[in-house]
Amino acid sequence: MDITVNILLTIATAATPLLIAAIGELVVERSGVLNLGVEGMMVMGAVGGFGAGYLTGSPWIGLLAAIVVGALFSLLFAVMTLSLATNQVATGLSLTLLGLGLSGMMGTGFVGQPGVRLPNLDIPGLSSIPIVGRLLFGQDPIFYISIALTAAVMWFLFKTRTGLTLRSIGDSHASAHALGIKVIRYRYLSVIFGGACAGLAGGHLSLVYTPQWVENMSAGRGWIALALVVFASWRPWRVLAGAYIFGAVWIGQLHAQAFGIPVPSQMLSSLPYLATVVVLVLISRNKRLTMMNTPASLGQPFVPDR
Amino acid sequence: MKKLLIALMTTTAALSLAASAEAADKLKACWVYTGPIGDFGYSYQHDQGRLQVEKALGDKVETAYLENVSEGPDADRAFERLAREGCKIIFGTSFGFMDAEVKVAKKFPKVMFEHATGYKTADNLGIYNARFYEGRYVLGQIAAKESKSGVAGYIVSFPIPEVVMGINSFMLGAQSINPNFKAKIVWVNSWFDPGKEADAAKALFDQGADIIVQHTDSTAALQVAEERKLHGFGQSSDMIKFAPNAQLTSLTDEWGPYYISRVQAAIDGSWKPDNVWLGIKDGAVKLAPYTNMPDDVKAMAEATEKKIAGGWNPFTGPIAKQDGSAWLKDGEVADDGTLLGMNFYVKGVDDKLPQ
Repeated sequence: MDITVNILLTIATAATPLLIAAIGELVVERSGVLNLGVEGMMVMGAVGGFGAGYLTGSPWIGLLAAIVVGALFSLLFAVMTLSLATNQVATGLSLTLLGLGLSGMMGTGFVGQPGVRLPNLDIPGLSSIPIVGRLLFGQDPIFYISIALTAAVMWFLFKTRTGLTLRSIGDSHASAHALGIKVIRYRYLSVIFGGACAGLAGGHLSLVYTPQWVENMSAGRGWIALALVVFASWRPWRVLAGAYIFGAVWIGQLHAQAFGIPVPSQMLSSLPYLATVVVLVLISRNKRLTMMNTPASLGQPFVPDR
Repeated sequence: MKKLLIALMTTTAALSLAASAEAADKLKACWVYTGPIGDFGYSYQHDQGRLQVEKALGDKVETAYLENVSEGPDADRAFERLAREGCKIIFGTSFGFMDAEVKVAKKFPKVMFEHATGYKTADNLGIYNARFYEGRYVLGQIAAKESKSGVAGYIVSFPIPEVVMGINSFMLGAQSINPNFKAKIVWVNSWFDPGKEADAAKALFDQGADIIVQHTDSTAALQVAEERKLHGFGQSSDMIKFAPNAQLTSLTDEWGPYYISRVQAAIDGSWKPDNVWLGIKDGAVKLAPYTNMPDDVKAMAEATEKKIAGGWNPFTGPIAKQDGSAWLKDGEVADDGTLLGMNFYVKGVDDKLPQ
């Protein structure tokens, strides 16, 4: 029984950064902006979070710094693509490259230094309930944030007026603009929210998952988060499910290997991307489904006529 | 997308080349790394070697490096660029740079090239490598002594000879203490992904291993060991700061002395391409201070280290292959060629080698 709990806990830790980054990107894409810079923002969040935590000794300040650094870094993308109407794909890619390089430079002094770790939640009594205690009441704080965030985004996008407006901008920025909606302002806020989420996901890496700083420590998780958004066809609860499925497959294959069952681990490592391709093929077969889910003006620059 | 990313990254790496004012009387020595120097692992250790060269040779030398250079065709450009920029001696530190170096060395016959862990040479291209397997034998002995469950967890990257050699040497060391010792092997398909390494360590501990060994570069697995109050070994760098109660020792690389001697030879004009495989006795493979173990285990480890430094090879027969067939006869020592191309397990390894 203990091993089951341990496996579930490991899956949760592996899925949390994917979930947070993907939820942020989902909001960005729902507003019609494609930010391929998730990996860069994530790694910037990781170095910012580690640095602030290491220098102040407080993991909570580190966590806050991760969010702020991610948000500030995404602001760069927002200014370029929204105010200057640059190509979103190219700008997003350069954001990733810049983030990887810049974080390496900023983190030079942190290499080889043990950082601080965000403590796990521990509610006296509740956390020691067998099995469910540790799963529900004994995890790291970011795990709870990730679940709450998913619920909040779901509610915001589909149950509030502002959420509806945001989705309408993603579907047709021209119509939204004609109705007097401030398209650029909405998109700015979405991009910054996405950046903050990616930063938080990075903070999870350097403050919870593996409390240390090393260059490129996000190791492609930003790209998996991007794939997850498409995999989930822009639906928050599917992002949640997808993140946990990817996490479970990964942890499951590690256990299978340790158990002596030969599994082609290379194949399983590429599973998130394969699954995304399959989902893309499936949803593009059904035109109505595609129209319903994909933000129609995704990736198109918008220049309001004055 | 990943490919484009890598291409762009190489370009940025090339642009970020540390170029300082050139002085005519200084010899320019250059390095090419496959990883970032901030990996606190393999590339980091090579860069420490470069810094030692700067320190030891002072104003006689000027150094430069390119990091994050992907293995494969892109590497050609990196080496060519360095050669054109006046580097007199260039060290390529990763196996995958081999063909690029051979090609560029032909184009620049006056430039001295050195390649780590490869096997192709030329008139101006030498090779060097380190016998990490020597250290892994010592790790195996310590693991067998210190493990209560008799099972170690072994996290590995890719099934290349270097890694297979390490697993075999570790198992031979462990079996010399406890013939029934087992290792659970997990392939993570990456040299460097802290998250995956941590997950692998957790999985291995959950399945009963109580000591962790790694052939990947980050400190993540040791941090998991620290958290679970179990033990493990560091890799490439001394990782004691990350796991003060968990690290038994760390298998570290020390390239500085070799680099200093080669750059000095280049300055003197006595440089010739060589083919060296350095080990514990040359100080290129080092074991970090033995910690968190009783004195008798420490004494045993030190004795083994001394024995290997004295010229004894862990791959000395009798050794059988995994399927039980004979490999080395009693007293027979494996030759370097076989070791460098090793693609089979020795007896007692509980894993199927991915092909």
